[in-house]
Amino acid sequence: MSLWTLIVQRDLRIAWRRRSDALSSLFFFIIVVSLFPLGVGPEPGTLRLMASGVLWVAALLATLLSLGRLFAADHLDGTLEQMLLAEEPLWLVVAAKVCAHWLTSGLPLVLLSPLMGLQFGLQAEEIAVLTGALLLGTPVLSLIGAIGAALTVGLRAGSVLLALLVLPLYIPVLVFGAAASGAHASGLAVTPHFSILGALLLASIALAPWTAALALRISME
Amino acid sequence: MLTAQNLHCVRGGRRLFENLSFAVPSATLLRVSGANGAGKTSLLRMLCGLLLPSGGDVLWRDVPIRQQREAYWRELRYIGHLAGIKDEFTAAENLIFAAALSGVNITASIARAALEQLGLARFAHIPVRMLSQGQRRRVALARLALPDTTAALWVLDEPLAALDNDAADCVISLIDARLAAGAVVVMTSHQPFTVAAELRSITIPV
Repeated sequence: MSLWTLIVQRDLRIAWRRRSDALSSLFFFIIVVSLFPLGVGPEPGTLRLMASGVLWVAALLATLLSLGRLFAADHLDGTLEQMLLAEEPLWLVVAAKVCAHWLTSGLPLVLLSPLMGLQFGLQAEEIAVLTGALLLGTPVLSLIGAIGAALTVGLRAGSVLLALLVLPLYIPVLVFGAAASGAHASGLAVTPHFSILGALLLASIALAPWTAALALRISME
Repeated sequence: MLTAQNLHCVRGGRRLFENLSFAVPSATLLRVSGANGAGKTSLLRMLCGLLLPSGGDVLWRDVPIRQQREAYWRELRYIGHLAGIKDEFTAAENLIFAAALSGVNITASIARAALEQLGLARFAHIPVRMLSQGQRRRVALARLALPDTTAALWVLDEPLAALDNDAADCVISLIDARLAAGAVVVMTSHQPFTVAAELRSITIPV
Protein backbone atom coordinates (compact mmCIF):
# COMPACT_ATOMS: atom_id res chain seq x y z
CA MET A 1 0.00 0.00 0.00
CA SER A 2 1.34 3.44 -0.82
CA LEU A 3 2.16 5.87 1.94
CA TRP A 4 -0.52 8.25 0.62
CA THR A 5 -3.39 5.77 1.08
CA LEU A 6 -1.96 4.60 4.38
CA ILE A 7 -1.93 8.15 5.82
CA VAL A 8 -5.37 9.05 4.47
CA GLN A 9 -6.84 5.83 5.88
CA ARG A 10 -5.12 6.35 9.19
CA ASP A 11 -6.29 9.95 9.57
CA LEU A 12 -9.84 8.99 8.60
CA ARG A 13 -9.82 6.25 11.24
CA ILE A 14 -8.50 8.66 13.87
CA ALA A 15 -11.19 11.17 12.90
CA TRP A 16 -13.81 8.43 13.21
CA ARG A 17 -12.58 7.41 16.67
CA ARG A 18 -12.57 11.08 17.72
CA ARG A 19 -15.70 11.93 15.80
CA SER A 20 -16.93 14.39 18.42
CA ASP A 21 -14.17 16.78 17.22
CA ALA A 22 -15.33 16.72 13.60
CA LEU A 23 -18.98 16.89 14.65
CA SER A 24 -18.41 19.92 16.85
CA SER A 25 -17.05 22.03 13.99
CA LEU A 26 -19.95 20.85 11.84
CA PHE A 27 -22.44 21.91 14.52
CA PHE A 28 -20.58 25.19 14.82
CA PHE A 29 -21.24 25.73 11.10
CA ILE A 30 -24.93 24.91 11.49
CA ILE A 31 -25.38 27.18 14.49
CA VAL A 32 -23.54 30.17 13.00
CA VAL A 33 -25.59 29.89 9.81
CA SER A 34 -28.81 29.53 11.77
CA LEU A 35 -28.12 32.54 13.98
CA PHE A 36 -28.25 35.00 11.06
CA PRO A 37 -31.97 34.64 10.20
CA LEU A 38 -32.71 35.09 13.91
CA GLY A 39 -30.60 38.23 14.12
CA VAL A 40 -31.48 39.85 10.80
CA GLY A 41 -35.19 39.05 10.82
CA PRO A 42 -37.40 36.86 8.64
CA GLU A 43 -37.55 39.16 5.56
CA PRO A 44 -37.23 36.57 2.67
CA GLY A 45 -35.62 39.02 0.22
CA THR A 46 -32.85 40.01 2.64
CA LEU A 47 -32.18 36.42 3.66
CA ARG A 48 -31.84 35.20 0.07
CA LEU A 49 -29.49 38.08 -0.72
CA MET A 50 -27.12 37.32 2.14
CA ALA A 51 -27.37 33.50 2.14
CA SER A 52 -24.24 32.77 0.14
CA GLY A 53 -22.10 35.27 2.06
CA VAL A 54 -23.23 33.87 5.41
CA LEU A 55 -22.59 30.29 4.37
CA TRP A 56 -19.13 31.14 3.07
CA VAL A 57 -18.08 33.02 6.20
CA ALA A 58 -19.42 30.22 8.38
CA ALA A 59 -17.52 27.66 6.28
CA LEU A 60 -14.34 29.71 6.68
CA LEU A 61 -14.72 29.84 10.46
CA ALA A 62 -15.65 26.17 10.77
CA THR A 63 -12.57 25.20 8.73
CA LEU A 64 -10.43 27.42 10.91
CA LEU A 65 -11.80 25.66 13.99
CA SER A 66 -10.78 22.25 12.64
CA LEU A 67 -7.33 23.32 11.39
CA GLY A 68 -5.83 23.11 14.86
CA ARG A 69 -6.29 19.32 14.72
CA LEU A 70 -4.34 18.94 11.49
CA PHE A 71 -0.87 18.54 13.03
CA ALA A 72 -1.38 19.08 16.78
CA ALA A 73 -2.03 15.47 17.85
CA ASP A 74 0.80 14.11 15.69
CA HIS A 75 3.10 16.75 17.13
CA LEU A 76 2.26 15.87 20.74
CA ASP A 77 2.85 12.13 20.44
CA GLY A 78 5.98 12.38 18.28
CA THR A 79 4.48 10.95 15.08
CA LEU A 80 5.13 14.25 13.30
CA GLU A 81 8.83 13.94 14.05
CA GLN A 82 8.84 10.49 12.44
CA MET A 83 6.99 11.91 9.44
CA LEU A 84 9.74 14.51 8.98
CA LEU A 85 12.19 11.60 8.71
CA ALA A 86 10.08 9.63 6.22
CA GLU A 87 11.76 8.32 3.12
CA GLU A 88 9.01 9.85 0.98
CA PRO A 89 9.04 13.65 0.45
CA LEU A 90 7.33 15.51 3.27
CA TRP A 91 4.98 17.40 0.95
CA LEU A 92 3.42 14.07 0.01
CA VAL A 93 2.75 13.30 3.68
CA VAL A 94 1.29 16.80 4.16
CA ALA A 95 -0.88 16.48 1.04
CA ALA A 96 -2.26 13.18 2.28
CA LYS A 97 -3.07 14.70 5.68
CA VAL A 98 -4.77 17.71 4.04
CA CYS A 99 -6.80 15.36 1.85
CA ALA A 100 -8.03 13.50 4.93
CA HIS A 101 -8.73 16.84 6.65
CA TRP A 102 -10.91 18.00 3.76
CA LEU A 103 -12.79 14.69 3.69
CA THR A 104 -13.64 15.05 7.39
CA SER A 105 -14.21 18.80 7.66
CA GLY A 106 -14.74 20.38 4.20
CA LEU A 107 -16.83 17.71 2.52
CA PRO A 108 -19.44 17.53 5.33
CA LEU A 109 -19.91 21.31 5.03
CA VAL A 110 -20.47 20.98 1.28
CA LEU A 111 -22.97 18.16 1.78
CA LEU A 112 -24.82 20.12 4.43
CA SER A 113 -24.97 23.41 2.51
CA PRO A 114 -28.08 22.58 0.38
CA LEU A 115 -30.00 22.06 3.60
CA MET A 116 -28.68 25.35 5.00
CA GLY A 117 -29.60 27.03 1.69
CA LEU A 118 -33.19 25.89 2.09
CA GLN A 119 -33.24 27.59 5.46
CA PHE A 120 -32.61 30.88 3.63
CA GLY A 121 -35.32 30.15 1.03
CA LEU A 122 -32.94 29.59 -1.90
CA GLN A 123 -34.22 28.05 -5.16
CA ALA A 124 -32.83 24.77 -6.49
CA GLU A 125 -30.60 26.49 -9.04
CA GLU A 126 -29.21 28.94 -6.49
CA ILE A 127 -28.44 26.03 -4.16
CA ALA A 128 -26.63 24.23 -6.98
CA VAL A 129 -24.40 27.28 -7.63
CA LEU A 130 -23.65 27.72 -3.93
CA THR A 131 -22.85 24.04 -3.36
CA GLY A 132 -20.71 23.87 -6.50
CA ALA A 133 -18.70 26.90 -5.41
CA LEU A 134 -18.22 25.41 -1.94
CA LEU A 135 -17.10 22.12 -3.49
CA LEU A 136 -14.34 23.95 -5.35
CA GLY A 137 -13.53 26.38 -2.54
CA THR A 138 -13.38 24.25 0.62
CA PRO A 139 -10.35 22.20 -0.52
CA VAL A 140 -8.54 25.52 -1.01
CA LEU A 141 -9.43 26.43 2.58
CA SER A 142 -7.90 23.17 3.84
CA LEU A 143 -4.79 23.56 1.67
CA ILE A 144 -4.05 27.18 2.61
CA GLY A 145 -4.95 26.45 6.22
CA ALA A 146 -2.31 23.70 6.31
CA ILE A 147 0.40 26.34 5.83
CA GLY A 148 -0.87 28.28 8.84
CA ALA A 149 -1.30 25.11 10.90
CA ALA A 150 2.27 24.07 10.04
CA LEU A 151 3.67 27.45 11.05
CA THR A 152 1.85 27.51 14.38
CA VAL A 153 2.29 23.87 15.41
CA GLY A 154 3.54 23.64 18.99
CA LEU A 155 2.98 27.33 19.80
CA ARG A 156 1.13 28.22 22.96
CA ALA A 157 -1.12 30.93 21.52
CA GLY A 158 -1.27 28.99 18.28
CA SER A 159 -4.99 29.10 17.59
CA VAL A 160 -5.28 32.91 17.68
CA LEU A 161 -2.15 33.31 15.58
CA LEU A 162 -3.48 30.72 13.16
CA ALA A 163 -6.67 32.76 12.66
CA LEU A 164 -4.68 35.96 12.10
CA LEU A 165 -2.41 34.24 9.58
CA VAL A 166 -4.97 32.29 7.65
CA LEU A 167 -8.11 34.43 7.49
CA PRO A 168 -6.55 37.17 5.28
CA LEU A 169 -5.36 34.45 2.89
CA TYR A 170 -8.95 33.18 2.65
CA ILE A 171 -10.21 36.48 1.20
CA PRO A 172 -9.83 35.57 -2.51
CA VAL A 173 -11.74 32.32 -2.00
CA LEU A 174 -14.47 34.16 -0.10
CA VAL A 175 -14.75 36.92 -2.70
CA PHE A 176 -14.98 34.69 -5.76
CA GLY A 177 -17.01 32.01 -3.99
CA ALA A 178 -19.70 34.39 -2.80
CA ALA A 179 -19.57 36.37 -6.06
CA ALA A 180 -20.61 33.25 -8.01
CA SER A 181 -23.98 33.34 -6.24
CA GLY A 182 -24.19 37.11 -6.72
CA ALA A 183 -23.58 36.79 -10.45
CA HIS A 184 -26.23 34.11 -10.72
CA ALA A 185 -28.74 36.31 -8.88
CA SER A 186 -28.17 39.19 -11.31
CA GLY A 187 -28.52 36.88 -14.30
CA LEU A 188 -24.82 36.87 -15.28
CA ALA A 189 -22.74 33.82 -16.17
CA VAL A 190 -21.24 31.97 -13.21
CA THR A 191 -18.52 30.17 -15.19
CA PRO A 192 -15.88 32.93 -14.79
CA HIS A 193 -16.15 32.67 -11.01
CA PHE A 194 -16.02 28.90 -11.11
CA SER A 195 -12.96 29.12 -13.37
CA ILE A 196 -11.19 31.39 -10.91
CA LEU A 197 -12.09 29.09 -8.00
CA GLY A 198 -10.76 26.17 -10.04
CA ALA A 199 -7.57 28.08 -10.74
CA LEU A 200 -7.17 28.87 -7.03
CA LEU A 201 -7.66 25.18 -6.27
CA LEU A 202 -5.02 24.09 -8.79
CA ALA A 203 -2.54 26.72 -7.63
CA SER A 204 -2.98 25.75 -3.98
CA ILE A 205 -2.69 22.02 -4.79
CA ALA A 206 0.62 22.80 -6.48
CA LEU A 207 2.04 25.17 -3.87
CA ALA A 208 0.41 24.65 -0.46
CA PRO A 209 1.68 21.14 0.44
CA TRP A 210 5.21 22.12 -0.47
CA THR A 211 5.04 25.39 1.50
CA ALA A 212 3.44 23.68 4.49
CA ALA A 213 6.18 21.02 4.46
CA LEU A 214 8.81 23.75 4.53
CA ALA A 215 6.97 25.50 7.37
CA LEU A 216 6.78 22.24 9.34
CA ARG A 217 10.54 21.75 9.11
CA ILE A 218 11.08 25.25 10.47
CA SER A 219 8.61 25.03 13.33
CA MET A 220 9.77 21.54 14.38
CA GLU A 221 13.40 22.63 14.87
CA MET B 1 30.45 6.33 7.96
CA LEU B 2 28.96 9.07 10.12
CA THR B 3 31.05 12.19 10.57
CA ALA B 4 30.43 15.40 12.45
CA GLN B 5 32.56 18.41 11.57
CA ASN B 6 32.84 21.37 13.94
CA LEU B 7 29.20 21.22 15.04
CA HIS B 8 27.89 24.29 16.83
CA CYS B 9 24.62 24.37 18.66
CA VAL B 10 22.85 27.48 19.89
CA ARG B 11 19.40 26.98 21.40
CA GLY B 12 17.33 29.87 22.68
CA GLY B 13 20.36 32.19 22.66
CA ARG B 14 22.38 29.77 24.80
CA ARG B 15 25.49 28.09 23.45
CA LEU B 16 25.18 24.36 24.13
CA PHE B 17 28.32 23.08 22.42
CA GLU B 18 30.80 24.22 19.82
CA ASN B 19 33.49 22.67 17.61
CA LEU B 20 32.20 19.18 18.22
CA SER B 21 33.84 16.78 15.78
CA PHE B 22 33.85 13.00 15.64
CA ALA B 23 33.83 10.17 13.12
CA VAL B 24 32.09 6.85 13.61
CA PRO B 25 33.10 3.94 11.34
CA SER B 26 30.67 1.14 10.53
CA ALA B 27 29.92 -1.55 13.13
CA THR B 28 30.59 0.94 15.91
CA LEU B 29 28.46 2.30 18.69
CA LEU B 30 28.84 5.92 19.69
CA ARG B 31 27.70 6.67 23.20
CA VAL B 32 26.88 10.31 23.80
CA SER B 33 27.03 11.36 27.41
CA GLY B 34 26.75 14.61 29.27
CA ALA B 35 24.84 16.20 32.13
CA ASN B 36 21.14 17.00 31.88
CA GLY B 37 20.69 19.94 29.56
CA ALA B 38 24.14 19.61 28.01
CA GLY B 39 22.61 19.18 24.57
CA LYS B 40 22.55 15.42 24.02
CA THR B 41 19.08 15.41 22.47
CA SER B 42 19.97 18.46 20.37
CA LEU B 43 23.03 16.65 19.05
CA LEU B 44 20.99 13.55 18.18
CA ARG B 45 18.35 15.67 16.44
CA MET B 46 21.13 17.38 14.51
CA LEU B 47 22.54 14.03 13.41
CA CYS B 48 19.07 13.11 12.15
CA GLY B 49 18.66 16.34 10.21
CA LEU B 50 15.72 17.51 12.34
CA LEU B 51 17.74 20.39 13.70
CA LEU B 52 19.94 22.56 11.51
CA PRO B 53 23.40 23.03 13.04
CA SER B 54 24.25 26.67 13.84
CA GLY B 55 27.62 25.84 12.31
CA GLY B 56 29.43 22.80 10.96
CA ASP B 57 28.18 19.81 9.04
CA VAL B 58 27.00 16.24 9.48
CA LEU B 59 28.24 13.82 6.82
CA TRP B 60 26.92 10.36 6.00
CA ARG B 61 29.13 8.27 3.72
CA ASP B 62 31.17 11.46 3.16
CA VAL B 63 28.21 13.47 1.78
CA PRO B 64 26.55 16.23 3.84
CA ILE B 65 23.15 14.95 4.97
CA ARG B 66 21.37 18.11 3.82
CA GLN B 67 22.34 17.13 0.27
CA GLN B 68 20.83 13.65 0.46
CA ARG B 69 17.78 14.07 2.75
CA GLU B 70 15.28 11.31 1.76
CA ALA B 71 18.09 8.94 0.72
CA TYR B 72 19.66 9.44 4.15
CA TRP B 73 16.39 9.03 5.98
CA ARG B 74 15.76 5.74 4.19
CA GLU B 75 18.78 4.38 6.10
CA LEU B 76 18.13 6.19 9.38
CA ARG B 77 15.92 5.02 12.25
CA TYR B 78 15.41 7.55 15.01
CA ILE B 79 13.68 6.81 18.29
CA GLY B 80 13.35 9.92 20.39
CA HIS B 81 11.84 10.81 23.74
CA LEU B 82 8.35 10.80 22.27
CA ALA B 83 7.13 7.35 21.38
CA GLY B 84 5.56 8.38 18.06
CA ILE B 85 2.67 5.98 18.57
CA LYS B 86 -1.06 6.64 18.42
CA ASP B 87 -3.25 5.81 21.40
CA GLU B 88 -6.19 4.86 19.19
CA PHE B 89 -4.37 2.10 17.35
CA THR B 90 -3.09 -1.29 18.43
CA ALA B 91 0.61 -1.91 18.89
CA ALA B 92 0.75 -3.90 15.65
CA GLU B 93 -0.99 -1.16 13.65
CA ASN B 94 1.38 1.44 15.07
CA LEU B 95 4.37 -0.66 14.13
CA ILE B 96 3.13 -1.20 10.56
CA PHE B 97 2.62 2.54 10.10
CA ALA B 98 6.01 3.47 11.57
CA ALA B 99 7.70 0.95 9.27
CA ALA B 100 5.82 2.29 6.24
CA LEU B 101 7.12 5.80 6.96
CA SER B 102 10.67 4.47 6.63
CA GLY B 103 9.69 2.72 3.40
CA VAL B 104 9.50 -0.77 4.88
CA ASN B 105 6.31 -2.68 4.16
CA ILE B 106 5.59 -5.34 6.74
CA THR B 107 2.72 -7.72 7.35
CA ALA B 108 0.77 -8.08 10.58
CA SER B 109 2.56 -11.35 11.38
CA ILE B 110 5.99 -9.71 11.07
CA ALA B 111 4.80 -6.91 13.37
CA ARG B 112 3.58 -9.52 15.83
CA ALA B 113 6.90 -11.32 15.79
CA ALA B 114 8.74 -8.06 16.53
CA LEU B 115 6.40 -7.26 19.41
CA GLU B 116 6.84 -10.78 20.73
CA GLN B 117 10.61 -10.23 20.94
CA LEU B 118 9.96 -7.32 23.29
CA GLY B 119 7.54 -9.37 25.35
CA LEU B 120 4.38 -7.75 24.02
CA ALA B 121 2.85 -10.76 22.25
CA ARG B 122 -0.27 -10.65 24.41
CA PHE B 123 -0.74 -6.92 23.86
CA ALA B 124 -0.28 -6.76 20.07
CA HIS B 125 -3.95 -6.33 19.31
CA ILE B 126 -5.29 -4.02 22.00
CA PRO B 127 -5.26 -0.22 21.69
CA VAL B 128 -2.01 1.30 22.91
CA ARG B 129 -3.81 3.61 25.34
CA MET B 130 -4.45 0.55 27.56
CA LEU B 131 -0.70 -0.05 27.93
CA SER B 132 1.62 1.16 30.68
CA GLN B 133 4.40 3.70 30.11
CA GLY B 134 7.09 1.02 29.89
CA GLN B 135 5.01 -1.07 27.53
CA ARG B 136 4.41 1.92 25.24
CA ARG B 137 8.13 2.49 25.19
CA ARG B 138 8.57 -1.12 24.13
CA VAL B 139 6.10 -0.67 21.29
CA ALA B 140 8.24 2.20 19.99
CA LEU B 141 11.41 0.11 20.38
CA ALA B 142 9.83 -2.87 18.60
CA ARG B 143 10.73 -1.03 15.39
CA LEU B 144 14.29 -2.10 16.09
CA ALA B 145 13.27 -5.76 16.04
CA LEU B 146 11.83 -5.59 12.52
CA PRO B 147 13.68 -7.40 9.73
CA ASP B 148 14.76 -4.05 8.31
CA THR B 149 17.80 -4.50 6.12
CA THR B 150 17.95 -0.91 4.80
CA ALA B 151 18.62 0.59 8.23
CA ALA B 152 22.32 1.45 8.48
CA LEU B 153 22.12 4.07 11.22
CA TRP B 154 20.20 3.94 14.46
CA VAL B 155 19.91 7.09 16.52
CA LEU B 156 18.39 6.26 19.89
CA ASP B 157 17.61 8.81 22.57
CA GLU B 158 17.61 7.09 25.99
CA PRO B 159 16.34 3.75 24.65
CA LEU B 160 16.82 2.03 28.00
CA ALA B 161 14.84 4.55 30.08
CA ALA B 162 11.62 3.19 31.65
CA LEU B 163 12.48 -0.39 30.68
CA ASP B 164 12.77 -3.35 33.04
CA ASN B 165 15.94 -5.49 32.99
CA ASP B 166 14.62 -8.10 30.56
CA ALA B 167 13.51 -5.50 28.04
CA ALA B 168 16.76 -3.57 28.39
CA ASP B 169 18.74 -6.79 27.73
CA CYS B 170 16.58 -7.43 24.69
CA VAL B 171 17.22 -3.92 23.29
CA ILE B 172 20.95 -4.29 23.88
CA SER B 173 20.97 -7.63 22.07
CA LEU B 174 19.12 -6.04 19.13
CA ILE B 175 21.72 -3.26 19.06
CA ASP B 176 24.49 -5.87 19.16
CA ALA B 177 22.98 -7.76 16.24
CA ARG B 178 22.64 -4.60 14.20
CA LEU B 179 26.20 -3.57 14.94
CA ALA B 180 27.37 -7.03 13.86
CA ALA B 181 25.58 -6.40 10.56
CA GLY B 182 27.78 -3.35 10.04
CA ALA B 183 25.46 -0.54 11.11
CA VAL B 184 26.29 2.58 13.11
CA VAL B 185 24.42 3.15 16.36
CA VAL B 186 24.41 6.47 18.19
CA MET B 187 22.72 6.48 21.58
CA THR B 188 22.47 8.22 24.89
CA SER B 189 21.94 6.29 28.09
CA HIS B 190 22.20 6.95 31.78
CA GLN B 191 22.13 3.21 32.48
CA PRO B 192 25.35 1.21 32.20
CA PHE B 193 25.45 -1.34 29.37
CA THR B 194 28.00 -3.36 27.41
CA VAL B 195 28.12 -4.35 23.75
CA ALA B 196 30.33 -6.82 21.92
CA ALA B 197 31.23 -4.38 19.13
CA GLU B 198 33.53 -1.40 19.30
CA LEU B 199 32.27 1.36 21.56
CA ARG B 200 33.31 4.98 21.41
CA SER B 201 32.21 7.67 23.78
CA ILE B 202 31.94 11.39 23.58
CA THR B 203 30.99 13.67 26.41
CA ILE B 204 29.38 17.01 25.80
CA PRO B 205 30.95 19.47 28.24
CA VAL B 206 28.58 21.71 30.17
